[in-house]
Amino acid sequence: MQLYSDKVMDHFSNPRNVGVIEDADGTGEVGNPICGDVMKITIKVDDDKIDDIMFQTLGCGAAIATSSIVTEMARGMSLEDAVSITKKQVAEELGGLPPAKMHCSVLATDGLKAAVDDYLVKQGREPIAGPILSSDPDFDPHEDEESDAEACDL
Amino acid sequence: MDHIVYLDYAATTPVDERVLDAMMPFLRERYGNANSLYALGRDAYKAMEDARERVAASIGASHPSEVIFTSGGTESDNTALIGLATGGGRSSGHIIVSAFEHHAVLEPAEWLGKHGFDVTELGPRPDGLIHAEDLKAAMREDTVLVSVMHGNNEIGTIQPIRELADVAHAGGAVFHTDAAQTLGKVNFNVDELGVDAASFSSHKIYGPKGFGALYLRKGTRMAPYMMGGGQESRRRSGTQNTAGAAGFARALEIMDAERPAETPRLTALRDRLVEGVLDRLELTSLNAAETEARLPHIANFIIKGVEGEAMLLHLDAKGIAISTGSACSSGSLKPSHVLLAIGCPQEFAHGSLRVSLGRYTTEEDIDFFVESLVPVVERLRSMSPLYAKIKAAHEAG
Repeated sequence: MQLYSDKVMDHFSNPRNVGVIEDADGTGEVGNPICGDVMKITIKVDDDKIDDIMFQTLGCGAAIATSSIVTEMARGMSLEDAVSITKKQVAEELGGLPPAKMHCSVLATDGLKAAVDDYLVKQGREPIAGPILSSDPDFDPHEDEESDAEACDL
Repeated sequence: MDHIVYLDYAATTPVDERVLDAMMPFLRERYGNANSLYALGRDAYKAMEDARERVAASIGASHPSEVIFTSGGTESDNTALIGLATGGGRSSGHIIVSAFEHHAVLEPAEWLGKHGFDVTELGPRPDGLIHAEDLKAAMREDTVLVSVMHGNNEIGTIQPIRELADVAHAGGAVFHTDAAQTLGKVNFNVDELGVDAASFSSHKIYGPKGFGALYLRKGTRMAPYMMGGGQESRRRSGTQNTAGAAGFARALEIMDAERPAETPRLTALRDRLVEGVLDRLELTSLNAAETEARLPHIANFIIKGVEGEAMLLHLDAKGIAISTGSACSSGSLKPSHVLLAIGCPQEFAHGSLRVSLGRYTTEEDIDFFVESLVPVVERLRSMSPLYAKIKAAHEAG
């Protein structure tokens, strides 16, 4: 069994910014209940900066922890900086994630991207986030994992 | 570690003190190799054969040599699947395994499928049972082996092994059952069940890990899986684990002796658990609830709108050990193959919780678990972006 870092456990046990902003400027909902992970991010935007951010997540420990940390990272950021947060940065901020859980950090960055684009589109502006990976039906969350099992083919 | 409320006895069990006492001499002064001719070796050999006789007596084998000692349930299953399929030099034929077998059966079946054999994975019905008529329909002229587990390790349903074995035999196939979860917990007799081979695991019955056995009915052809020094009448090479054998035999004796009192005790605890969970939590159900033939110590719940690993971690923080069938706990994308096989929708299978009870479980443990689970589920549901929708959909019917 792969272990979670203390920081992952902290954000899982005491998640920050849980909830929904009722009069949100942008909303992003990503993931799929079939896969077991769904995340919703709501943001308030002021002067193209993320003024407030909250999340709701259905998912495992890593999904909740990455959601929580990404809201902390993005708060106060410019929209441009927020959409360029990478899954690697999210994982690093948490002190690392087990390889099988790296895809959870994609969900977190995707949720943020979707919320920012939702805001921009509602403003009549061009979206800036680029493709939302986890909404692509061909997305394989495990594609860039390193696995010792690969060499073992029945 | 602080006090742990251990509710994962289907995963493993602690070694019983009485079992440990039976093992210790063979880890210390009686350390001989059972294959050596001098006194120390003969002593180990006698102890091992004594253990074999006791296991054989418990399962109703007609001769002790029908019991082959192995390194555990996985080795027994692998040996049975590959050894029975390829016995007598066979290199092709049809094999049927149930779709909710342990992976120790499914993986060797898949391997056989890539090495000349045709494999059918027979699905259980939503009641968590493999039905004899479904097996009958899946049988072919060239079916050589059927393997269906006795008690399912996740949902606890007990399969109608006698009927299934009769179907297999009528079609000329040998029948194997993985009895890792049932040995010692329900009556297990090879003749009453009509099986040709059966796998057992020691650490599920308060014996040591790394030990198990394979029952092989006399006259059944099986190629060896572990090859080398020719131990276990050439059917399983490798220096025998004398301490393991002594421990396993003792563990099984204790199970048999205590079963008349233990089964009703566990059943009452399980019913208290099921009632408590279903009473206290909305949108929660027991898997395969309608089936009466079930193990006394396993209950598997679907708790809608939560993910299993998150529940597991929160319960762990309160000192409770349980299992989940969620994908996130398995390292794969799919949730439990057992739950999917009985028709549980994927999105709900992620919210499954398996609670399994055992020798040291008390009423207080059950109550503490239920009291702890309720706020965990409520908290996770309040964090879920979907729960309000799931509840509304449920209320709308």
